[in-house]
Amino acid sequence: MSSKNPIYLDYSATTPVDPRVAEKMIPWLTERFGNPASRSHPFGWEAEQAVENARVEVAKLVNADSKEIVWTSGATESDNLALKGAAHFYKTKGKHLITMKTEHKAVLDTMRELEREGFDVTYMDPRPDGLLDLEKLKAAIRPDTIVVSIMMVNNEIGVIQPIAEIGEITRAKGIIFHVDAAQATGKVAIDLEKLKVDLMSFSAHKTYGPKGIGALYVRRKPRVRLEAQMHGGGHEKGLRSGTLATHQIVGMGEAFRIARLEMGAENERIRVLRDKLLAGFRDMEEIYVNGDLEKRVPHNLNVSFNYVEGESLIMGMKELAVSSGSACTSASLEPSYVLRALGRNDELAHSSIRFTLGRFTTEADIDFAVKLIKERIGKLREMSPLWEMYKDGIDLNTVQWAAH
Amino acid sequence: MAYSEKVIDHYENPRNVGSFKKDDEGVATGMVGAPACGDVMKLQIKVNKHGIIEDAKFKTYGCGSAIASSSLVTEWVKGKSVDEAATIKNTQIAAELALPPVKIHCSILAEDAIKAAIADYRKKYGAGEEATAQAQPAMKAAD
Repeated sequence: MSSKNPIYLDYSATTPVDPRVAEKMIPWLTERFGNPASRSHPFGWEAEQAVENARVEVAKLVNADSKEIVWTSGATESDNLALKGAAHFYKTKGKHLITMKTEHKAVLDTMRELEREGFDVTYMDPRPDGLLDLEKLKAAIRPDTIVVSIMMVNNEIGVIQPIAEIGEITRAKGIIFHVDAAQATGKVAIDLEKLKVDLMSFSAHKTYGPKGIGALYVRRKPRVRLEAQMHGGGHEKGLRSGTLATHQIVGMGEAFRIARLEMGAENERIRVLRDKLLAGFRDMEEIYVNGDLEKRVPHNLNVSFNYVEGESLIMGMKELAVSSGSACTSASLEPSYVLRALGRNDELAHSSIRFTLGRFTTEADIDFAVKLIKERIGKLREMSPLWEMYKDGIDLNTVQWAAH
Repeated sequence: MAYSEKVIDHYENPRNVGSFKKDDEGVATGMVGAPACGDVMKLQIKVNKHGIIEDAKFKTYGCGSAIASSSLVTEWVKGKSVDEAATIKNTQIAAELALPPVKIHCSILAEDAIKAAIADYRKKYGAGEEATAQAQPAMKAAD
């Protein structure tokens, strides 16, 4: 095992580029290298055509018009353009924005920046199952609220937020609704003709496309206006200047085309594997699934293994490439802010593992993972004084710990 | 995080994992740390009538460095007198395991665990020596 790569169960961090996608990209790096903005020769014309074909493919996956798709460098840039762009454009209407504590840092940190600029931001708590409480959202909306930003699929726990319902609330009040869908494409059906979403961020590399390319959907009817954040040659109708990366765009288009054609069958296959993984843990004690299991993408399983510390867990599972909710890289431990927002205590947040499955996960991978995890959790628990106390019937909450 | 080979060795083959019965003759227990901070160490020593640590056992909840630090100190205290064991310093542990700066707290915790076990020994058996260390049992369990 030692010379082999670990089994990859971290598809929400990134996915490999599908070989079919990579194959489509290569000619656009070498012989077909033209600048899509070059209007005076065929090198430019064919590159522009390739970019527009890809735009159509991205739009088709989410049932939008290709004119509503703006290329960016990834979902982080899309989130920045959407939030700063809308806040700056609509600032005379109001200064208030609403988001959730469990959003990706690309949204949270952008919100912090807007606060520094003088905007006012409300960070909503999720319910213990990870989902947004719609009544609380309604109560948080103020007359000066201009933007609501809620992600479609959470990157850590995989829960799917009630985007359709939120859109009804925001549209009725004339509030711009931004959705970070980086973790949703190819996993959840998205129909932007039905959803009352105004801005939606996409990433290629979470959906078997290349890193470094993403897109922002900007609704045309009713029209949403943004202030550009990147200035230059006026590309993308002035919303995002910079020479278009034809090969990356072609890759994203092909990745999203494949997702549209294959997501139905693929998601069912992955759901069976995910359920098998969960079933493998059923006979273990003190296991907690984080986030709602029903309103969740089939790819994600986030589990806390109580009484085992997260980093040692990751170290004990070096045959698996997974993510931990414990960021034990500094002297002050920081457990996952997402799990903390769900109300999980520090210990459970520290002991969580995120398994994310994908296109190339096999049944043999899952069988191997279950066997390995059981063995290693058992070993670490045998070594854990907390497990021993739990087994002796001591309530750890009654113990007076020395802080250090 | 890149660990030294020694940390990985102790993590993969921890020495002296386990527990003594708390009330057995010569057994003393030190428990330090807190679950919310991500580390808890329990170190037990078994001292013979000559004041020599005959055996030691540990259980640790924590990262690889915490497990390695406590595993290492169980090896170090064995065969030492209680007074000698009390002189083990966190800097020696950190040096032996080549701990990175962000993991120094693991070696401090291991030193605290030894001191807590020795303090428990002195309290239980009133071994006469002047009270070493500022260490005190960190846990007042409801048991």
